[in-house]
Amino acid sequence: MSKETFDVAVIGGGLVGLALAYGLGRLGNRVVILDEGDVAYRASRGNFGLVWVQGKGVGKSAYSNWTQRSARDWPQLAAMLRETAGIDVSLEQPGGFQVCLSDAEMQAKVDQMSTLMAQPGIDRYDYRICGADELRQTFPGLGPDVVGGSWSGLDGHVNALRLFRALLVAAQHYGARYVPNTPVSRIEQGDGQFALHTPAGVFRAGKTVLAAGIDNARLAPLMDMQVPVRPQRGQIIVMERMPRFMSHPIVTLRQTDEGTVLIGDSLEEVGRDDRVGSEILATLADRAVRIFPALASARVVRTWGALRVMSPDGFPIYAQSRSMPGAFAATCHSGVTLAAAHALHLAPHIHAGSLPESLSPFFMDRFDVQTRA
Amino acid sequence: MFKRALDEAGHRAPVAFFFDGTAMVAREGDSVAAALIANGIKAVRHTPAQGQPRAPYCMMGVCFDCLVTIDGAANQQACLVAVAPGMSVCTQARAMPLASASKGAQ
Repeated sequence: MSKETFDVAVIGGGLVGLALAYGLGRLGNRVVILDEGDVAYRASRGNFGLVWVQGKGVGKSAYSNWTQRSARDWPQLAAMLRETAGIDVSLEQPGGFQVCLSDAEMQAKVDQMSTLMAQPGIDRYDYRICGADELRQTFPGLGPDVVGGSWSGLDGHVNALRLFRALLVAAQHYGARYVPNTPVSRIEQGDGQFALHTPAGVFRAGKTVLAAGIDNARLAPLMDMQVPVRPQRGQIIVMERMPRFMSHPIVTLRQTDEGTVLIGDSLEEVGRDDRVGSEILATLADRAVRIFPALASARVVRTWGALRVMSPDGFPIYAQSRSMPGAFAATCHSGVTLAAAHALHLAPHIHAGSLPESLSPFFMDRFDVQTRA
Repeated sequence: MFKRALDEAGHRAPVAFFFDGTAMVAREGDSVAAALIANGIKAVRHTPAQGQPRAPYCMMGVCFDCLVTIDGAANQQACLVAVAPGMSVCTQARAMPLASASKGAQ
């Protein structure tokens, strides 16, 4: 094992790491994926599964544009995964809604979207503020508390667990080696190679990509980078399968192609704690029942908590090490939405050896006032 | 496949019920899931997504594999409901509407 040399070592076997491993493998790289294993706080197995554009990017047009690009390329990614991995990730992009339960929520949504669309540099996309009557035509079972909402045509959802599996199978199809239960403890660079020290031995690679979720904060300094991410908890409620009654996803409520209904509507700053709490779950359930009163009799079959990977400003961080050329880091809280951008657009830049100026809005020096002021 | 470990002598009273219209006999205090297993039923439903057969598994309300329709109410957990005289239990092979759908949303 220590004799073998790879073109790229990807640290982290979640959605970000696997999308990059797949994208790099497609370009002919010999890739090894070093994954901490199932003890890791995997955002990739706990996420809500939205491919979502509307509302994202207030304060950073480049993030909206990058997200839009990924959403537009998602059908291509889904087709490629079906072809390469033989897995249908159940992508549906019929457009998605946000539903508001008070005039204050409605006004906040109107303000958010108009602020976003007025930002310099934004690629304006199709969206609509909807009245309650229009929403009722799309969703016949809406409750009386719904006052209105918004729609965007780029939004959709996927089966996120099948995506997780498909990216791994597709990466392996291109020769990537997946090594589980292999946390990286030390990284050195010498003779144009990285040596990654793990309990399973030393792995050598020409480039290293850090995609380890919240552990990026610990690992990035090993390659002279700073990726100051923190965990942010979300909780999800899964209800029994029922005949399809939702034709479109709502940002906090969606029904899968197989009939399962999921609620996901919370943000909590609780550190590395991925447990569920009945107070938050009760609030989630209450809001869902106000949106669709018939859900009051639906049975809850599972709940879980998972940790988002949050940067200080909430936007992705893509970084390259100045002192260790060939070392990169990628982190975001939207590994599903951005999977297409990561596999199809970010991976080629890593393959080429440096991140372009077009991605500079996501570089770490945005947090450095002396550089960016 | 299964036989009763307790009450082999049949001290508990017999309870007549129906599974998909077939008359069956349970013992008083059986859960519906136990009653079906004791009657040799191997699949109590087929999954809505892939049509695979499912039998009661955890027997304690967690796995949701034993969903059946009981006296017209869909998606009941057979392991959590006690069998009752004359009860009509039916298998399911598709996603079932919510129980309140027929009564209408409040």
